[in-house]
Amino acid sequence: MKRALLLVPLAILALFVAAALWRLSSPPDPTIRSRLAGQPLPAFSLPAAVPGRPALDSAAFADGQPRLLNLFASWCVPCIAEAPMLLELERRGVTIEAIAVRDRPEDVARFLQRHGDPFRRIGLDTASKVQLSLGSAGVPESFVIDGRGIIRYQHVGVITAKDLPVLMAELEKAR
Amino acid sequence: MIRFALLFLLAAPALADSNLPPSPWADRQLPDARQESAALALMQDIRCLVCQGQSVADSDAEMAGDMRALIRERIAAGEQPAAVRTWLIERYGDWVSFDPPVKPLTWPLWAGPLLLLAAGGWLAARKLRRRR
Amino acid sequence: MIAEAGLAALYLAAALALMQLAVSLVPALAPQAAQVARPLALAQGLLTAAAFACLIVLFVRTDLSVALVAANSHSAKPLLYRFAGTWGNHEGSMLLWVTVLALSGALLAVASRGIPERMLGATLGAQAALALGFYAFLLLASNPFARLDPAPVEGQGLNPLLQDPGLAFHPPTLYLGYVGLSVAFSLAVGALITRDVGPVLARAMRPWVLGSWVFLTVGIAAGSYWAYYELGWGGWWFWDPVENASLMPWLAATALLHSVSVLAARGGLRTWTMMLAVVAFSMSMVGTFLVRSGILTSVHAFAVDPTRGGFILALLLIYVGGALALFAWRAPAVGEGARFALVSREGALVLNNLLLSVILAVVFLGTLYPLMVEAATGEKLSVGPPYFDAVVGPLALLLMLLLVVGPLLRWRRHEAPLTKWVAPSLLAGVATLAATIILAPDISLLSRLGLVLGVALVPASLMPLAGRSLRRTPLATWGMAIAHLGVAVSVIGMASDSAFSRERLAAARPGEQLAVGPWLVAFNSVTPVAGPNWTAIEAELAVTQGGSERVLKPQARTFTSPVTETSEVAIATAWNGQLYTVLGRQSGQRWQLRLWWKPFVTLIWLGAGLIALGGLVSLIGRGWTNRRTRRRLAEAEL
Repeated sequence: MKRALLLVPLAILALFVAAALWRLSSPPDPTIRSRLAGQPLPAFSLPAAVPGRPALDSAAFADGQPRLLNLFASWCVPCIAEAPMLLELERRGVTIEAIAVRDRPEDVARFLQRHGDPFRRIGLDTASKVQLSLGSAGVPESFVIDGRGIIRYQHVGVITAKDLPVLMAELEKAR
Repeated sequence: MIRFALLFLLAAPALADSNLPPSPWADRQLPDARQESAALALMQDIRCLVCQGQSVADSDAEMAGDMRALIRERIAAGEQPAAVRTWLIERYGDWVSFDPPVKPLTWPLWAGPLLLLAAGGWLAARKLRRRR
Repeated sequence: MIAEAGLAALYLAAALALMQLAVSLVPALAPQAAQVARPLALAQGLLTAAAFACLIVLFVRTDLSVALVAANSHSAKPLLYRFAGTWGNHEGSMLLWVTVLALSGALLAVASRGIPERMLGATLGAQAALALGFYAFLLLASNPFARLDPAPVEGQGLNPLLQDPGLAFHPPTLYLGYVGLSVAFSLAVGALITRDVGPVLARAMRPWVLGSWVFLTVGIAAGSYWAYYELGWGGWWFWDPVENASLMPWLAATALLHSVSVLAARGGLRTWTMMLAVVAFSMSMVGTFLVRSGILTSVHAFAVDPTRGGFILALLLIYVGGALALFAWRAPAVGEGARFALVSREGALVLNNLLLSVILAVVFLGTLYPLMVEAATGEKLSVGPPYFDAVVGPLALLLMLLLVVGPLLRWRRHEAPLTKWVAPSLLAGVATLAATIILAPDISLLSRLGLVLGVALVPASLMPLAGRSLRRTPLATWGMAIAHLGVAVSVIGMASDSAFSRERLAAARPGEQLAVGPWLVAFNSVTPVAGPNWTAIEAELAVTQGGSERVLKPQARTFTSPVTETSEVAIATAWNGQLYTVLGRQSGQRWQLRLWWKPFVTLIWLGAGLIALGGLVSLIGRGWTNRRTRRRLAEAEL
């Protein structure tokens, strides 16, 4: 009993070293993922980000067709890098809805003009409220929403060429 | 030992700032002092998503401002702080709250101190008794 | 040339440390080990100090052919920051760490009268083993003297947030505390090896523990005040992993300080004191590892490097593991001390140690729990101020309660009633409780109890001095009273800050008047100003608390290289607290102002100062008494 007690400090040290070694070998991943995967899209209704385009309403999602919901912003540099990939997805027949976060209509219009416009509808989320209700921690981020309006998959950060097959597969699964 | 290289933390959100001013309630106190102090207490418990070592009360990041605005608006609308916290945890996980919830995963954290106190007290008492 | 000299000195010191270790490892040499090791330890200390001096010269001269200087300094910096910049980076601060380690070893070798020779030999061997590992770390993984060829035309400059007098003061004091504990560690190892744990060891260890603890207290308080005015968030303690890393050695040292006095006075708590001596320096190493490896997310970012983190982890495993294994092996052979009753000074100190150890365990657990959970389950979790406040708060209050009666108890067994002595505290506490309930019904329970116990402790802390001839009262008793009074003062400051602080956020136009607490703040103007390497917007605030008016000038600064935005707070200190002002962003014609009225917040650091002063007085008193005792013994022998 007493002997065992004397070994407790060594056991704590071993635990500490093990945890530290684990962290040193697998550096922390700072991305914060949304917990809403598998749950219905939160209800929202956003005004159109660009005059003349349809506004974005969460009710529009449950129409039997899977789609991509892209969060972007005209002031976000990585979003520019992502633009060609979104155009490619649109070319492959994916319906992309978008939310422009903390943006102004004139800036969004300029962004679309310069970097292409693969979006069907664009909602304007001035105070990041819808972004927060989605559990999103930044831009760009994309969600795969199935035909019943359920969130199926979240992609954090820029979509690159190697993410396309994953996204296509997720969209296919959501059908 | 505490040296401040906040450089990265402050500069990173500055790079990604939008052209819009902060949300109206990001830096404005609620008129009702009771509600404001409830909101402030919650803001100090909610972790900033951008500069991850800080609470949204301390952070200068734009998103932290939006989260402060969200908290103040919901509290002003009569929502309980606990409900707002739950709403955020549902979206971002336990990570977002500096106050770890009591659940099986955190039992050691909450029970540990009591067990240690009891075990230490028992050991000391036993030793005292034996030596008498 | 200077850089090479510094490097050579380090290599030489490492070689001496190796010899010092070797001497203590050969059993045949054991009786003479101390005699051989003494000059080696001294030379080692001087050589490392010389190496550190070389680095200082390189930094002050801004010798850009040295990679470290080029990466962290700039010729246009003021002299103070060129000097303090020596330890404003990883390599330089590790050299400072090693210098303190070697100098401690040298001081131990010189001022070691009263320590049995065999124990001293083993102790110096342990100290050499510690030093050797850190020399290896410095020379193999973080050479501060590496050259850069070709030398750049200009250095990259020091992080603007480090360009503060706090840098000149805070790291060196904290290191003196951290590393001073290494001697207590080595003494414990030496005593366990020679199976000689007793009052003699305790008396040798006590000044080292006291001294380190004084430096740690000062270093932590200075760091807390630095964070308070530099970060601009109005807080003075954030329970951030890096802060916790500095708190853990302090908690262990505080416990050790009290248990070592039981061992010195009564010969009790032998094994436990050895355990604490090992734990205290282990916590220093854990802190260094946590901070350098960057395995935890912190607002106080360091130059972190996983490879170097791995090196420190290996050292930690060897030293802490070795010492704990030795402890487990030898502890059963360590005798029991003198007996005592539960109600006695020893009993109170045992309770003190229990509470401090549980607090230490809580800080350790809370700091590392998210890491452990993520390693085991992949879940991300945050443990922050709400947890620490809720758990450490009540434990600290229990400790305060103990502090009211503990110092009044007699050694061995206390039987006389304490009513007379405790009455003033009881009265003060009850009065405070009544006053806060009537005047401030809304404050939190923890703050209220903090105020009550803080006020009650003021008379209680002075009680050990009551009824004695003050001139004949030993300095150590004075030191204890002052330190305990410091705890009371500090806790009152903390409770007052958390209970009565008022915050005012405003988007104000120049010309507006704002009120916060008893203060009136007139927002006069904003003007652009420029410094050597920054530009800023400066607000002029005329502030008054009824009396004379003062002008505060908070700034929103933008540093040019590298581009960094910081806020320079402006603080008005009055007898009853501080007005803390921060200038934020502009929106339209308005400026964001953040104002705090923090009643009696200054008591937090004043109390910490008293705690350190108490330690210092005690240290002087012990030194003096020891000398007198030795002189008397010498006279008696004649």
